Amino acid sequence: MTPIHAAAEFTHRNLLGAGFTVRLLLRTLGRVHYLPRRMRFTLDQCFAAGVRALPVTLCVATVAGMILALQTGIELRRFGQQSIIGSVTALSMCREMGPFITSVILAATVGSAMAAELGTMNVSDEVTAIEVMSVDPVDYLVLPRVVGLTVMCPLLTIFSNMVGIFGGSLIGASNLGVSTQFYWRSVQESLMTPEHLLPKDVYTGIVKAVIFGLAVSVVSCSAGLRAEGGALGVGLAVQTAVKNSVILIIVLGLITTWFFYYLQIT
Amino acid sequence: MIELRDVHKTLGGRPILKGMSFQVPTGTTYVLMGRSGIGKSVTLKHLVGILKPDRGEVLVDGVNVPSLDSEGLKDLRRKMGYLFQNGALINWLTVAQNVSLPLEEHSRLPRAEIRERVMRTLHLVGMDHAADLFPSKISGGMRLRAGLARAIVTEPRYVLYDEPNAGLDPIIADQIHRLIVEVRDRLGVTGLVVTHSRACAFTVANRIGVIDEGRIAEEGTVPEMRASTSPLVRAFLGGGSD
Repeated sequence: MTPIHAAAEFTHRNLLGAGFTVRLLLRTLGRVHYLPRRMRFTLDQCFAAGVRALPVTLCVATVAGMILALQTGIELRRFGQQSIIGSVTALSMCREMGPFITSVILAATVGSAMAAELGTMNVSDEVTAIEVMSVDPVDYLVLPRVVGLTVMCPLLTIFSNMVGIFGGSLIGASNLGVSTQFYWRSVQESLMTPEHLLPKDVYTGIVKAVIFGLAVSVVSCSAGLRAEGGALGVGLAVQTAVKNSVILIIVLGLITTWFFYYLQIT
Repeated sequence: MIELRDVHKTLGGRPILKGMSFQVPTGTTYVLMGRSGIGKSVTLKHLVGILKPDRGEVLVDGVNVPSLDSEGLKDLRRKMGYLFQNGALINWLTVAQNVSLPLEEHSRLPRAEIRERVMRTLHLVGMDHAADLFPSKISGGMRLRAGLARAIVTEPRYVLYDEPNAGLDPIIADQIHRLIVEVRDRLGVTGLVVTHSRACAFTVANRIGVIDEGRIAEEGTVPEMRASTSPLVRAFLGGGSD
């Protein structure tokens, strides 16, 4: 096979995968009315996502907040501006770091598990069996997983934001000489605006988390449903799910930031 | 009645079916035999609309399956049961939940009645004692029997069996064969069985078809096939180990 043929085949395969994923997203959205019927399984998925991802999300977000405060604080101290460290940490966590960290962890823990579960079901004919029983695999298998992760991602993001800001307060007090009281007042002033019930910096982060949760779940289910060829195929599906999820999180993060802050959509 | 007329199918650039034609009259069981990878399971998948032929007709009750829309396919599949090689049970549901799935999805029966029907079907396949076990906790033979219960719980008119005795010891395999006969005789089910096993073919078949080169090469009733001198038929149905 020549390099040109290999490149063409690679592109063709990826375009087919992307097409399958977009179709799966549209089919899932078109079956939202089945949700009440799948409520129990959806709640199971929510619980599983929370249990799997919460401990590691909290640990990583706390440390990320500490790193953020430390790195930024060192530079701010050179200009005598370390007093605004609470504001910088809060804005960075809520706008970008919270949703990003949470969704990457969800991709690695819950998304990979989804791809493995559906991939194993696919290679062992379970998905075909569901189809042959006249049950739509999209509403039976995909919809609860997509809704579960799309709901849990913003909830976990709120926790990430809180513990990340808390981590920053520890560094502020111990390394930068910013009192805890002063730090939290700075956080409050940067996030709270009297005219808005929910400040823009908070809700844009939550909207991002919803989009990331949707993207990770659909990409992971798509990878699982396209798995073929036994254990090797399931392994590749998991790899594809995590890789594509992280790429999409970064790209969608850029697009939503551009949408909310460059176009000034409020 | 099930009928395939001159069905052709190529998968991954390799022609699998090259003019497959046969008929399964209502209330009878047809056994398909042939080498591994020759297209037996592919043939079954055409009947439930999982695969579409490149050419030819796949008729169930006179309706051409590939021409059905999604609603038509759903209606067709409700008339069919499908037993997969390993049972294909859903691993997070118990045996009883697996068997009740098609009823819960498609019938308006009360829960108690569904449970009663599920237990009756599990009793028929000798699996009522394992109703509340998960598939990972039961043996391969039990998974197959649970898969068979799921295939027949809706009392379908057609049941497709894909290697119903693969990997089973002769005693359990014999139980499965008897169940297939019982399902045909008690429920009047039309069956299509894919198997490599002579014992299975001789026990369950009304007619046997042997596939070669993507089509039925030899066909006949059990006595006709037993008496056949064709080398192909002898290779599958002659002496030697099962």
